[in-house]
Amino acid sequence: MTALSTFIDNLPILTIVTFLPLVGAAFILMTRGEAQVVARQSRYVALWTTLLTFLLSLVIWFQFENGTANFQFEERLDWLPQYRISYHMGVDGISMLFVILSTFLTPLCILASWDSIQKLVREYMIAFLVLETMMVGMFCAMDMVLFYVFFEGVLIPMFLIIGVWGGGRRVYSAFKFFLYTLTGSVLLLVALLAMYFQVGSTDIPDLMAAKFSRDMQLWLWLGMFASFAVKVPMWPVHTWLPDAHVDAPTAGSVILAGVLLKMGGYGFLRFSVPMLPEASEYFTPLVFGLSLVAVIYTSLVALVQTDMKKLIAYSSVAHMGFVTIGIFALNQQAVEGAIFQMLSHGVVSAALFLCVGVVYDRLHTRDIDRYGGLVNNMPRYAFAFMVFMLASVGLPGTSGFVGEFLVLTGTFQMNSSVALLAATGVVLGAAYMLYLYRRVVYGELTKTDVKAMVDLEPREIAILAPIIVVVMWMGIYPMAFLDVMDASVAHLLRNYHDALATRAAEIAPLGSSLLAWVW
Amino acid sequence: MLVAAVFLPLLGAFVAGFFGRLIGDRASHIVTCLGVGLASLAAIFTFYDVAIAGHSQVVNLTTFLSSGTFEAQWALRFDTLSAVMVMTVTTVSTLIHIYAVGYMSHDDSQPRFMAYLSLFTFAMLMLVTADNLVQMFFGWEGVGLVSYLLIGFWFKKPSANAAAIKAFIVNRIGDFGFLLGIFAIYFLFDAVSFDVIFGAAEGKADAEVTFFGIHAHALTITCILLFVGAMGKSAQLFLHTWLPDAMEGPTPVSALIHAATMVTAGVFLVARMSPLFEYAPTALTVVTVIGALTAFFAATIGCVQNDIKRIIAYSTCSQLGYMFFACGVSAYQAGIFHLMTHAWFKALLFLSAGSVIHAMSAEQDIRKMGGIWRLIPVTFTVMMIGNLALTGIPFFAGYFSKDMVLEAAHAAGTGAGNYAFALGITAAFLTSFYSWRLTFLTFFGSPRANHHTMEHVHESPLVMTIPLGLLALGAVFAGFLGYDLFVGEGRAEFWRGAIVVLESQDSIARVHEHHPAILIKYLPLIVSLGGLGLAYLMYIKRPDLPGRLAAAFPGVYQFLLNKWYFDELYDFLFVKNAFRLGRLFWKGGDTGIIDRFGPDGLSAATGVFARRLALVQSGYLYHYAFAMIVGLAAIVSWFVFGRAG
Repeated sequence: MTALSTFIDNLPILTIVTFLPLVGAAFILMTRGEAQVVARQSRYVALWTTLLTFLLSLVIWFQFENGTANFQFEERLDWLPQYRISYHMGVDGISMLFVILSTFLTPLCILASWDSIQKLVREYMIAFLVLETMMVGMFCAMDMVLFYVFFEGVLIPMFLIIGVWGGGRRVYSAFKFFLYTLTGSVLLLVALLAMYFQVGSTDIPDLMAAKFSRDMQLWLWLGMFASFAVKVPMWPVHTWLPDAHVDAPTAGSVILAGVLLKMGGYGFLRFSVPMLPEASEYFTPLVFGLSLVAVIYTSLVALVQTDMKKLIAYSSVAHMGFVTIGIFALNQQAVEGAIFQMLSHGVVSAALFLCVGVVYDRLHTRDIDRYGGLVNNMPRYAFAFMVFMLASVGLPGTSGFVGEFLVLTGTFQMNSSVALLAATGVVLGAAYMLYLYRRVVYGELTKTDVKAMVDLEPREIAILAPIIVVVMWMGIYPMAFLDVMDASVAHLLRNYHDALATRAAEIAPLGSSLLAWVW
Repeated sequence: MLVAAVFLPLLGAFVAGFFGRLIGDRASHIVTCLGVGLASLAAIFTFYDVAIAGHSQVVNLTTFLSSGTFEAQWALRFDTLSAVMVMTVTTVSTLIHIYAVGYMSHDDSQPRFMAYLSLFTFAMLMLVTADNLVQMFFGWEGVGLVSYLLIGFWFKKPSANAAAIKAFIVNRIGDFGFLLGIFAIYFLFDAVSFDVIFGAAEGKADAEVTFFGIHAHALTITCILLFVGAMGKSAQLFLHTWLPDAMEGPTPVSALIHAATMVTAGVFLVARMSPLFEYAPTALTVVTVIGALTAFFAATIGCVQNDIKRIIAYSTCSQLGYMFFACGVSAYQAGIFHLMTHAWFKALLFLSAGSVIHAMSAEQDIRKMGGIWRLIPVTFTVMMIGNLALTGIPFFAGYFSKDMVLEAAHAAGTGAGNYAFALGITAAFLTSFYSWRLTFLTFFGSPRANHHTMEHVHESPLVMTIPLGLLALGAVFAGFLGYDLFVGEGRAEFWRGAIVVLESQDSIARVHEHHPAILIKYLPLIVSLGGLGLAYLMYIKRPDLPGRLAAAFPGVYQFLLNKWYFDELYDFLFVKNAFRLGRLFWKGGDTGIIDRFGPDGLSAATGVFARRLALVQSGYLYHYAFAMIVGLAAIVSWFVFGRAG
């Protein structure tokens, strides 16, 4: 037993989890034979690889030590020693659960694409496996260059997934997605280079320890903001999201909403706040303003959508608005709430897109008006959709409540007006989701093509059932997740406030006058 | 025992909900009725143990939420207040479960219905036994959810779906206030569990805060926020519009959720938070004014409606107003007492209305009934009992509780108290009028239904009439039995701190000390008899009078018939504008501005620029040669002049 645990302790588990999907991709590349056979084998290899990756990633969770803010499972290899760039991996309470989120969703995506993807199956599965490597690597990376490679690397498979296997105006959407995010990323790169030239290292802990002058912080912060805000997405750089979702295949939307959007929030927590505390404080009103617009504006836009995926895409923007508010409210409840909300939104929005996929596979339309009365012939589907709809609405007992509630609790302590305005999202969110559910699921079953739809098949149950369990678990016993992040968030906040306190001692008059002006 | 009282209904709901199709209707009936039945036995025992024998306790289950200093437990709090609520909820719920077995016997998704009823009971129990505000909010939203599901139970009807969404969203508006109230409490007390808050309440009596840019007395603003939540759930004026529409749900639902239990959660909230409200006199005034207005307003509408269930719904709304203004004058015990008696007689009224509807082949319009009392004697009798209790005829349940509410309002001696008393007395007159109007139109006079319907009029089966009989017993005796404990001499011993009233504001004590004038004491009874007389005159003696009155005052009649035009107003102000704004932001904002000048504009500009640039590459050698010469000339010039300068 001890021998086994020592063996496990010494395994480079993060590297294994990160690159295992690439191994699967290599296997798929080697398959030969008729198109049918290749497709079948690719599917199975992808499924087993991602399942194994998920199981291994659970080892990370089980071995994770909760009470500490230190990075765990650290690995370090020299990469470009002359530039002090290394292959440095590690997770803390902020990033660990995102790794699990990524590995949890990927096998579900493979299953969701089982029948609906019929062309270039091999390439599709490879794209997904590469995507998984990039996502997991991004959350584990502790070196800025490594982070950037993964962060950008995600774009390529996603761009292909939308552009090749999408529908509708897929090329337009793919380019819009790519250009929006790339424009932001270029500015992030500039910021990262500037930091490197000052500090002389690309190691994230080194950068966290470094102090940047106030002016420099402001510019660096804006550079990062350009990239992270597009990813989140924050209003007004959100318009790529509805298009990308509408034209992406179901599984593409799942990863997009489930994991890719979280990269922005994660970036804020990993870079902006710890490395640039003064700038973070300075720009808080900007973030609050944009997030509040996101919550209210996009909720209203969601209300009038006629396309299911677009509606859920807009709801994502609104929900992510809570996340950015929470991150920049910068107290324990708000930040934990923001992380929890990201995890919750990760599973719930993924599930909602899967639900759309279920009916899209049957009727090949996302037009809400073409449906109606599904509860009559698809009761199981109606139940699953109901659970996710309620989680999206933030009903207590589901995951959606905990995040929203903690964010608002924390935000209220800092600024009650912001909390008041954000809380209107609670009402609006209920309005558009219930309205959607009513039009799709309730009502008389009149349309002949809808009558012909059959209830969930075992494969679809296997996809949705685990998510239902997770959603309820997160809602009823959220401590399992909050305990993980507790120490790391406390540490983040302590450093942030310490940094502000030293700054205040140095240049109190300037800072306070600027703040007074901003507020 | 305590845990069983709360979780047995959940177990029943789970089994019937997920395995209902497998085990069939009968087994689903048994398992859900057994769940709540056993829970109610446990609840009666608990009531005895907690309220009578005095063993209050808190059962801690596990941590729900903990983040920084924020901490909320999953816990069951049993003091007198929650014991009263648990007993009322489980016993009424059990009777309604049994009734539903008969009432829904022709429906094809009975397991689902029974599961929802049990799930509701569980959520309601979580609400009333909560030991902190977060768990209370869990129950609060839980009952809202099941209410939504049950209003929309017949999901093929568009009107049912619309009503369900409306209920959920209007409730959410209230919940928005409740949530902010929770945040404000955490801000003030650094805690959300009741013991901590209540212990620190007095110390915060003079605290002031700035919320939303308004500098104000901390507890006042907090209590008003909580009251907004209560207004949503308990359908008080401005947030009442969902309740009448909620009658789209099956009748047992109306009885259980929209009369006896869920809608009283707001009253429960105010009573539970009495240690805070006591230090916020302005908030109490708001509660009193809104409560009294609702009592009056809903009663006026009740007088002209024709749908049997809607009349009772407005009656519920109005009675909830009584409970609120009781709390508003610090007579929380009277409010809860009225809540308890009301649960019995209002559930009885709804279920007998259901029995009438059942007998009349699903007819709900009282103008199309009449002359059936001989045909359904049991239903008639129990409905009469319900009416007598509601209208406060001596020695029926409502007499004790409603009179105490009105006397307390009068004894409070404040402006708001007198205002509430005046509106309460007026509403009592109207209550009596509409109740007897309903009775006379439904049961007496000549039959106005077609003979086909009349031939089918039949008494309901035993599975429905037995619960009716038991509820009728409650409607007769609940007031008499509870009076001394709830609001009489034994009240201090009974409540034991579950409700906190400052001595200077104790209006119930004043009622007992200074016996009110004879006129005040008998005024409710007098107006009640007056209402009976007027209804008798208009609907038995001179059936032509109502039509002539309506014709003589068309404005008033239309105003009341259209429910003070609240629905139209809200639709115009909020619903239409929300959609209009949504379209504007989408087409105007996203497509018209952001995309047009953002990505699409840039890519179009790039395209134009590239095409212009492409023109330069004409392929003619002399073009290139020309360009080179010009370029060379420019560079040379720059070197010569630029450097010289």
